[in-house]
Amino acid sequence: MAARRAAGWGGINAIVVICALFPVFWLLMLSLKKPSTITDGRLIPSSWSFENYKGIFDQDVFNRALVNSIGIALISTVIAVVFAAMAAYAIARLEFPGKRVILTASLAIAMFPPVALVGPLYNLWRNIGLYNTWPGLIIPYMTFTLPLAIYVLSAFFREIPWDLEQAAQVDGATAGQAFRKVIAPLAAPGMFTTAILVFIFAWNDFLFAFSLTSTTAAQTVPAAIALFPGASQFSQPTGSIAAAAMVVTIPIIVMVLFFQRRIVAGLTAGAVKG
Amino acid sequence: MLLVTAYPILYNVYLSLLRADLRFPEDNTWVGLNNYITVLTASVWWRDFWHTILITGVSVSVELVLGMLLALVMHRAIFGRGVIRTSALVPYGIVTVVAAFAWRFAWSSSEGGFVPKVLGMSFDPVATTEPFWNYVVVIATEVWKTTPFMALLLLAGLTLVPDELHEAAKVDGASNWQRFWRITIPIMKPAILVALLFRTLDAFRVFDSVYIISNGNNPNVETVSVLNFNELLTRLNLGVGAAISVLIFICVVIIAALFVKGFGTSLATQTGED
Repeated sequence: MAARRAAGWGGINAIVVICALFPVFWLLMLSLKKPSTITDGRLIPSSWSFENYKGIFDQDVFNRALVNSIGIALISTVIAVVFAAMAAYAIARLEFPGKRVILTASLAIAMFPPVALVGPLYNLWRNIGLYNTWPGLIIPYMTFTLPLAIYVLSAFFREIPWDLEQAAQVDGATAGQAFRKVIAPLAAPGMFTTAILVFIFAWNDFLFAFSLTSTTAAQTVPAAIALFPGASQFSQPTGSIAAAAMVVTIPIIVMVLFFQRRIVAGLTAGAVKG
Repeated sequence: MLLVTAYPILYNVYLSLLRADLRFPEDNTWVGLNNYITVLTASVWWRDFWHTILITGVSVSVELVLGMLLALVMHRAIFGRGVIRTSALVPYGIVTVVAAFAWRFAWSSSEGGFVPKVLGMSFDPVATTEPFWNYVVVIATEVWKTTPFMALLLLAGLTLVPDELHEAAKVDGASNWQRFWRITIPIMKPAILVALLFRTLDAFRVFDSVYIISNGNNPNVETVSVLNFNELLTRLNLGVGAAISVLIFICVVIIAALFVKGFGTSLATQTGED
């Protein structure tokens, strides 16, 4: 009985894992095919090669895009988490008028269709010289990640037992020490979780990257992939796209592997505890 | 935050009232609601509107069912929870563009996909001549990418269901099925609504995957966001594009309002203060 149940769960687990990972597996196989056999429709390559990977790293376009992606995503994450932490701290600790308004506004902005910002920003950025620059992408990312970050962080901060701070001060800690040694460690997991979510958002974005950049100066990987030219005018860039896609997927898989608990906590904190 | 969101939004509304066409930059005359009339009387807007509704409706319903199953599996699994959660998070975290390319390459026979071969299809499911299959690919991609998100939100609700209730019902002779419908679902209702709301709004704004799968110009599956993008950046008609943006925003607000009104207090208590 127990063995049968275990086998049943094993089967279910296997189905879930296969469904979740199969498309990634397919892309990986595709990226390892020889360019000449890309279109043969076989799942497992008939001959293995790293030519596609070599191909993309030889291209300046991809290397630059990778640097842009990493830089823009990291900067966005840092700015968003710092500002959101300040806002969320205020929301969690202080009573002030308009507190609910901030949270509601955050939610409303999160619902705003991003594509609606593309037009005005495109026009505006060209006029003030932010088109095709890093800040030109970081600013719209702020627009969409700050509300999310404030929302998730205030859910986390509300759970922190703030009395501990006073308790530490009674025990002789200075205000600074109380914050550094007691509150900061308690707040760190929430901030870390928020950082992961913001990073995933910035790393993921295609719409803004595609419409607000035009050259390797600021183009991020998702936009670069979509615009990949073939090796020659007549060849499909399928292999290069597959290889580039695998490269940008690696950080995501690493994050998921190490921080799955945090990601789940962050997603559900924003939505349910809110 | 106000600066980067409110300003573009207002600017967008303003643009939508102008004849702002980048091909005629000097001719920024005030045209009142003419852009809206142009959009609303154009068959292309309504065509894309119904496409969007169709994609949203089908993918969110499928996601709800699959997400519920996945949530139940994650909740009840007697072993391998970590593995399931990790693999389920991969589709969530993966770059949308990458996901879209993975599915497109798998289905497109001209790009060496194995699916047409396996299913013995003599046509190309990604070609514009096969509207039905275009939808299948787009919706399958959406479902694969976002079911984990749905499942995690549902899982958070599922953990709120007290075990004692199930035990009591079991003693009273309720079947598994009865317990699911009479106990689990009513208690989870708020979580289900939040998950549905989030996903519906997201699906309604779908851009990345449709754009990639259809190469940006497949009229069969063009959604309102893709139309918006093309109007802005391909046809450079900022006025009309801005009008479309505002209309999309109005649709999103209506959807959100319907959810909130339809389900009343349960949602308010869920998203408001605890």
